[in-house]
Amino acid sequence: MDRLPRWADITLVPLVSLLFAAAISALVLLVIGQSPVEAFKVMVDGALGSPYGWGYTLYYATSFIFTGLAVTVAFHAGLFNIGGEGQAQLGGLGVALVCLSLPWPHWTVALIAATAGAALFGAAWAAVPAYLQAKRGSHIVITTIMFNYIAAALLVYVLVDVLRPTGQMDPASARFPVGAQLPALNDIPGFNLIFQRPVPANVTLLIALAMAVVVWALLWRTRLGYQIRAFGKSEAAAKYAGINPVRITIIAMLISGGLAGMMSINNVMGEAERLLQNSSEGAGFIGIAVALMGRNHPFGVVLAALLFGFLYQGGAELGLWTNIPIEMRIVVQGLVILFTGALDVMVRMILERLFRLFRSTKAMRAA
Amino acid sequence: MVAPADTMGRQATAAPFAIELKGISKAFGPVQANKDINISVPKGTIHGIIGENGAGKSTLMSILYGFYKADSGQILVGGTPTPIPDSQSAIRAGIGMVFQHFKLVQNFTVLENIVLGAEDGALLNTSLGNARRILRELAQEYGLDVDPDALIEDLSVGHQQRVEILKALFRQADILILDEPTGVLTPDEADHLFRILRGLKDQGKTIILITHKLREIMEATDNVSVMRRGTMVATVKTRETSPEQLAELMVGRKVLLEVEKTPAVPGKVVLSVENLRVRDEHGVERLKGISLDIRAGEILGIAGVAGNGQSDLLGALGGMTKATGRITLNGVDLPLSGAGADGQSRREAGIAHVPEDRHHHGLILDFTAWENVAFGYHNDPKYQKSALFMDNDALRADTEKKMATYDVRPPIATLEAKNFSGGNQQKIVVAREVEQNPDLLLIGQPTRGVDIGAIEFIHKQIVALRDAGKAILLVSVELDEIMSLSDRIAVMFDGQIMGMRDPATTDERELGMLMAGMDGKTAGEAA
Repeated sequence: MDRLPRWADITLVPLVSLLFAAAISALVLLVIGQSPVEAFKVMVDGALGSPYGWGYTLYYATSFIFTGLAVTVAFHAGLFNIGGEGQAQLGGLGVALVCLSLPWPHWTVALIAATAGAALFGAAWAAVPAYLQAKRGSHIVITTIMFNYIAAALLVYVLVDVLRPTGQMDPASARFPVGAQLPALNDIPGFNLIFQRPVPANVTLLIALAMAVVVWALLWRTRLGYQIRAFGKSEAAAKYAGINPVRITIIAMLISGGLAGMMSINNVMGEAERLLQNSSEGAGFIGIAVALMGRNHPFGVVLAALLFGFLYQGGAELGLWTNIPIEMRIVVQGLVILFTGALDVMVRMILERLFRLFRSTKAMRAA
Repeated sequence: MVAPADTMGRQATAAPFAIELKGISKAFGPVQANKDINISVPKGTIHGIIGENGAGKSTLMSILYGFYKADSGQILVGGTPTPIPDSQSAIRAGIGMVFQHFKLVQNFTVLENIVLGAEDGALLNTSLGNARRILRELAQEYGLDVDPDALIEDLSVGHQQRVEILKALFRQADILILDEPTGVLTPDEADHLFRILRGLKDQGKTIILITHKLREIMEATDNVSVMRRGTMVATVKTRETSPEQLAELMVGRKVLLEVEKTPAVPGKVVLSVENLRVRDEHGVERLKGISLDIRAGEILGIAGVAGNGQSDLLGALGGMTKATGRITLNGVDLPLSGAGADGQSRREAGIAHVPEDRHHHGLILDFTAWENVAFGYHNDPKYQKSALFMDNDALRADTEKKMATYDVRPPIATLEAKNFSGGNQQKIVVAREVEQNPDLLLIGQPTRGVDIGAIEFIHKQIVALRDAGKAILLVSVELDEIMSLSDRIAVMFDGQIMGMRDPATTDERELGMLMAGMDGKTAGEAA
């Protein structure tokens, strides 16, 4: 079959998918009697029109980069980690325990320790489904989904009965000490020239970007990444090559869970500065869409995370400034996921046909 | 002698033809699978179609059976133009197909399988009754004896194939297409099949036999058409041609059909296997106590019909399958289960393995050629840059070197494995394993799905490795390959070794008996 040129595969397919999603979203807006043009203006203006809007968009994108990378690493090992949400919540617990344990002298030290804590707790939460998959053949999709519920229940218990300061009404931990509060982008020299008002996007963004590079190097430059990818492509062939399936399954899931857990340094440590119930707010699930749209490539994940950050922030703005219900952002996200993930093949087929037509007319003209 | 295909086509108006293809073309994207194909098959003949993998034989037959629609061209059945848009139309036109992989329901009886899809009416019993009567007539007419009440799973492969033929005849096929029918048969069963086909021919049926085995063409057909790269190169009368000429037509150049090798000079024992046993996941014993030795500088060939334990033997030796018993390599015991019984440890011990199934085991099709060259040897120090990172540049350079030595085409290290032809894929695997300079090479089905040119090359590499004093275990279902390469032949049947033979003093008949499970003594007497 005719294949698309690489550039078209990487850029054109997602762009056209997005256009489709946008078109259908516009139709939905028309049906509920709203102006799609107006809605689009509000979204772009609110999410990208000012440094303040960018501050939110980047804040959301930071979380999505972590969870998208988590899904990516597992995916390359042939594992579908649906448990990013639970792993992120446990990561939040790790962050809270670290931050509340000591009167941290400086945020850099606290950040290193909290990152380790987040990764450790996230990885530990992924370890059980990984072990069950590797040793007992229990399907990881099922077990990771179930672990999301267990995580939510566990967090409620910990927040209500253990971490809640006496006398406090809401199920949340105490506020973190000042030494464990991360600088937002408006606090960082250089960035503060752009972000002059306080924004939630914080120094974690830089860690997220660094992790994208680390994941890329891991997958395509190291021996471990080679084994992960080989195992993910063909388990039978991996066995022939002597790649230990148990070891790779567990390691890949530990890395994946660790990355999902690390997102909590963004929202728990960087923004809320205490642990709240349902702190990850569905970012673990968005990570699946981000990885799908980013083609399971770390750099694609960064771009897709930005897009979803825009949708999140733009959607929130819709709720603020228009009569469009905030649920509309879920519709738009759903459509984006549908077109970039599930209907990817359809879009590609249309483009392939167009390309063939284009090529044959060019060939005819040349002849 | 060699008549151009289209002159045969022009004679079509004169003689009665069962089937004629005129100007059939079919493209898949940029790949022209069939290009202006013309064949005329006279009534009551056996017509062979021969060609290498990817020459377009299967596409052509799929067009004839209604699986694909030709881009252009015409099909004439019995002189009348007959469009065949689907397999139902093919059956109505009297065309029956026996596939390489049988399409039978294992836990149905022969009769139920034959009726399946051709029931006359809603009540099964009347259908089965009628079918039983027709089947009895067919059995008498063509000598196709099969117990109608036997379950398919209890039948031998040869008998299952007869059921497939009966299925086609039951649907009143006058033209029978057989796609690589002998791939799963013992030589004896193949002979039997050819007798059946001749019987069908004498009754006026027309048979199209698709194969890549020259011997079968010479033995069974009246006429033969040769395909190469989507075109029909020639159609000749079988008795006026020779295997050498056909091979040349298939490949487009002169090929050496015989393997050139000097007598072996066996040295010390490299691999010693004692009482090796393997159970599959259902608890069925697949290897029932295999014992053998392989010496340095010799090729031990394992002959046998597919599925008689050869794969389990390779799996156990290559560290893919758990086993019991004892194996030693150069006098050192190798573990058969638990730690150290994996592909990595085996490679470190000096065993290289070209697996039987390169698509599922030997290669990762989505990986590039250079990533595949590291496959299994990814821990090799020469491919490491540091403790953590692989040296991808060194790997690419190494791959380019190997591709040049093994004449892999195209020689692009960054191309994904799935984009190479079967022969070139196999060369990549063979290059990877042989160039590790192992003490023992396990090689399974080295030339399955590989074109003749590459077969010649791969055989040379195997012999060269032997001459370098290495031990080689060769498993192949192609008896010709076993006979021409091996220095000793072990025949496997039902997880056991039925006997060891010297290729110089044995023949296909004797090996065929052993392959069918008759022990050495009986086989000797029969011979």
